[in-house]
Amino acid sequence: MGTLVRPELLLLHALSLAAAPLLPGLIVRTKALIAGRTGPPLLQGYSDLWKLMGKGAVYSDVTSWLFRAGPVAGLASVVTAWCLLPSWGVSAPLSFAGDLVLFVCLLGLSRFLTVLAALDTGSSFEGMGASREITFSALTEPALFLALATLARATGATSLSGMLGGRMTHAWGAAGSSLALTAVCLFVVLLAENARIPVDDPATHLELTMIHEVMVLDHGGPDLAFIQYGAALKLWVFQALLVGLTLPVRTGGLLADAAAFLMGMIILSMVIGVVESIMARLQLSRVPQLLIGAGALAAFGLILTVR
Amino acid sequence: MTAAQIADDLLILVVLVDLFTLASSRLGTLIRTVALQGMVLGVLPLVAHPGELTVRTVMLATGSLALKGFVFPWLLFRATRDEAVRREARPYVGYSLSLLVGTVMIGGSFVLGARLPLPFPAVSSLLVPVALSTTMIGLFLIVSRRKAATQVLGYLVLENGIFVFGLTLAVKMPTLVEMGVLLDVFIGVFVMGIALHHIHRNFDSIDTSELTSLKDEP
Amino acid sequence: MIIILVALGVLVASGLGALAAGGRHPLANRVGSLGALAGCALGLAGTAMSRMLGEAPSLRIPWSVPGGELHLEIDALASFFLLLIFGLCLMAALFGSEYLRAHADRKWLGPPWFFFNVLAASMAVVVMAADGILFLMAWEVMALSSYFLVNFEDEKESTRRAGWVYLVATHVGTVFVIVLFMLLGRESGSMDFNRWSGLPGLPPVTAGLLFLLAVVGFGTKAGIVPFHVWLPEAHPAAPAHVSAVMSGVMIKTGIYGLLRVVSFLGTPPAWWAMVLMGIGVTSGLLGVLFAVAQPDLKRVLAYSSVENVGVILLGIGLGLLGISYGEPALVLFGMTGALLHVMNHAIFKGLLFMGAGVAIHGAGTGRIDQLGGLIRKMPIAALAILAGVWAIAGLPPLNGFFGEMLIYIGALEGAGRLEGARVLLPIAALVGLALVSGLAAACFARVFGVCFLGTPRSDEPARASEAGPATLASLLALAALCVIFGLSPGLALSVVAPAAGLLASHSDLTGATALGPAAAQVAGVTHVSMILLALIAALALLRRGLLRGRETRDAVTWDCGYESPTPRMQHTGSSLARPFAEVFPFVMPGRRQTAPPEGHFPAAASLRVVIANPFQEWLYRPAFDRIQRGMSRLRWLQHGRVQLYVLYIVATLIALLAWFMAF
Repeated sequence: MGTLVRPELLLLHALSLAAAPLLPGLIVRTKALIAGRTGPPLLQGYSDLWKLMGKGAVYSDVTSWLFRAGPVAGLASVVTAWCLLPSWGVSAPLSFAGDLVLFVCLLGLSRFLTVLAALDTGSSFEGMGASREITFSALTEPALFLALATLARATGATSLSGMLGGRMTHAWGAAGSSLALTAVCLFVVLLAENARIPVDDPATHLELTMIHEVMVLDHGGPDLAFIQYGAALKLWVFQALLVGLTLPVRTGGLLADAAAFLMGMIILSMVIGVVESIMARLQLSRVPQLLIGAGALAAFGLILTVR
Repeated sequence: MTAAQIADDLLILVVLVDLFTLASSRLGTLIRTVALQGMVLGVLPLVAHPGELTVRTVMLATGSLALKGFVFPWLLFRATRDEAVRREARPYVGYSLSLLVGTVMIGGSFVLGARLPLPFPAVSSLLVPVALSTTMIGLFLIVSRRKAATQVLGYLVLENGIFVFGLTLAVKMPTLVEMGVLLDVFIGVFVMGIALHHIHRNFDSIDTSELTSLKDEP
Repeated sequence: MIIILVALGVLVASGLGALAAGGRHPLANRVGSLGALAGCALGLAGTAMSRMLGEAPSLRIPWSVPGGELHLEIDALASFFLLLIFGLCLMAALFGSEYLRAHADRKWLGPPWFFFNVLAASMAVVVMAADGILFLMAWEVMALSSYFLVNFEDEKESTRRAGWVYLVATHVGTVFVIVLFMLLGRESGSMDFNRWSGLPGLPPVTAGLLFLLAVVGFGTKAGIVPFHVWLPEAHPAAPAHVSAVMSGVMIKTGIYGLLRVVSFLGTPPAWWAMVLMGIGVTSGLLGVLFAVAQPDLKRVLAYSSVENVGVILLGIGLGLLGISYGEPALVLFGMTGALLHVMNHAIFKGLLFMGAGVAIHGAGTGRIDQLGGLIRKMPIAALAILAGVWAIAGLPPLNGFFGEMLIYIGALEGAGRLEGARVLLPIAALVGLALVSGLAAACFARVFGVCFLGTPRSDEPARASEAGPATLASLLALAALCVIFGLSPGLALSVVAPAAGLLASHSDLTGATALGPAAAQVAGVTHVSMILLALIAALALLRRGLLRGRETRDAVTWDCGYESPTPRMQHTGSSLARPFAEVFPFVMPGRRQTAPPEGHFPAAASLRVVIANPFQEWLYRPAFDRIQRGMSRLRWLQHGRVQLYVLYIVATLIALLAWFMAF
């Protein structure tokens, strides 16, 4: 069990909780730049959250207590998953051997609760979103597991903090091609799990074509704030995973490592923005193919570590 | 990066192209990716040769690069030029399942490759598994797709697999392998080209399932 | 041991008492249920006591049955299964006492209680038996009593058919078990389990044959693919508390039998593990995909039992793989995970089957597409069922998660430690399990979302009301177990540990029995669960604080500005399942019948999609049709003349006599 003792680590972890809403802003800004617009300010996410926190709420008369509990428990499980993931080049607040299983399942829990809350409204749109979400997530989960298993095998550790720690640098030397394939797979999983183009479109308001946005149509006020903050934190978590894999800088100096991590997060957000700008959303019937393809890549990467 | 590492990376690229051919439905993209595979294979002898770089190796590389990377794709583009529908709409085995099958095949060929005894050490430990999986995936493409053009592509992938196999033997009996490989491919494309042409002329389509209408109805 | 024997006596006696009380329902119901409760409670106490004392009591009485002996023994494995059997039967009896009363005006309640109590007793004897003949007798009594329970609503044609399918399937399985036991008896010269264990030097071919016989014979009872077809027929037909017992513990006797026989056969070769893992992944995947496609609540649960048995076999397979490759970590995590999942599945599947009974009874239908909104009609039952759904989806922090997690870690350890082509096995297990658990979460999100949330899709669910106190008590008790074992996995582990240690020690890996390595996971998961709960509480308080004093109002569900949505406009269970049929068309062959709208003013249009079970469609129905056609040629034997029938008997006797004389 790794526990928090040093105050500067505490500060860093608190910083990542605070900085999460920046990432969607960065992506939107990148997209705007490429499209030749100015775009909303970088801190737009914070003012949105602030505004929502200050509002009352409207509930559908069909809904039950589960609808109100969904956003609360969903955000709690994302925060808990975040607790297991190392960032800023230092270990996670919590870690034990095999914690990657818990990490994946906690993300699954938040999704499960979102889906139940969506079905609680009795709306056909939200039902449609829920249907797509459960189908696609059933396919992303094996891909994510395969990717994490490759990392575990390449580094010889089964905890997230262990495998994204100092051993990653050596692993790149020994099994570079496997890790590169894994990174591609994780990038696809990131796009799918965070409702990004080409799987989902966070910007559209056409209910028929959306997945994540349509599931939260009926939430408002603080509930919606929880959901949006949860989505931002989930993006942070996945980006941190990918940055930990692709940019394993371990100089020994806390500040240098943290700076490298921050750099990686910013670049990755911009890459996502670029991908969103140059790609079209896939036909829904083609999405499973993309996800299975990502899984196949990760499987191939894992096989390559074996020979 | 050493030559062996580059060879490994190229071989990985070959497998990635295999996976892509299983998932793609567009004819044009398919032809281009298989052409890419051909180019990679053309470069491969230059890095995967065990001894010194000989003139023969260079010629083999140039020849296969030209044929696999440019001539065959060009021929295929020509053959399918008039085709109205340029995508494989409903293959016998769906794309998702194809990907799964392909992954299992890759796993299987790594198992087989580990057990297959070679008379002499290969340049790269990936050579045999990659050859096996490329061959199997090529075969799978032939049996699981409907259009003659896609089947020709499967045939090309299959040939590429055999070519990789040939590289393991290229040390001991180079000429034999080279000539065999090139001739084989050439005849293959020749035959398939004619087949495509004739199917197309007689049925106004290159969907091979139309051929079942030739059977006498009882 | 004495207490358990008394418990068995109480069960059988009260069953007979209920039978004697016969048609007078209040008395029969009371005698039967009280006897079942008392018997199971006694049995639970006895098992707990023998575990506390840490001994393996045995009882040996010579018996007049040829070749047999009344030999009972309770080792760690048996006592683990006894806990499950008595525990779940206790809850089911509590539930049944109220559930059956609703049928009192139409049914005699004596026979169902008789068969229920006999079923409980026979399951207990099955796991305690240390003699082949005794085991087979108990096995058969178990099959027959559950057959009669399945036929409870025998006025329905579908129920009679389900019972018939079950009867045939279970006996086909039993034939394999009989052959297996005969071979074992021949090899060892005795029917005593003690003589069977550690059979010296079985030739590998014989051992392999015995293993395959055990897989088919016990696998049929456990419901593995492709021998699972009876399960989705029989379990939904039975009354809810009986389905709970059948799905929760009766099919686990198949797992028990398999584990027991494998422990006789010495160190397993790697291919046994591959067979079990292959079956595990196939059963898991097909089971959960069929479950997603089912339109009927109880059939979903039945297919999900197939899936969970697959997960259990996957764990056992990993364990065997570890034994044969000499990797203690694999043995430990695989076997412990499998046994934990056996226990967890008994708890949450029992809960869910009984919960489904409540929902179906309240709403008058089990068709998912006609249910909806039950959470507001029966809030307490729905809360308990939510716990079950949460657990079966394998999500933290409830109990379903921890067993699967240990199997995952076993597979990861295997993928990290093994070298060469061997690694592919744990990798395949990992991917299979990930796919299965993801699909299971999807499946139960669908079931709970459609049945309990939203608005009622037809009139009946709108009139449903909360269940009675005994029913709720049993549901809540099981839900509490889900929560307790989830939040303190160490407690659950301590229940399983002796049995897992027993299984692991057959591998000569004595170091693996200490369960030490799992301690890190126990501590980690407990910490994380606590953090999760604390965060939920904190965020809930924050939300309450934010909303205090502000306006919250009710409105109609947002439907793009549409003002009067109707229940029929909700997404249905079938629509939720449809994307899966598109991704996996090869597992879920759907037939669609469409009548598209026509004309300028279209009136009627319909779309009907039926998703079939390919095994039933392409394997069993043609096979049985052919058998039936073949058998119908023998019709001429049956003509109704008694004299000729007697002649048959005489002819048979003479033929047998001649056969004996000849050899």
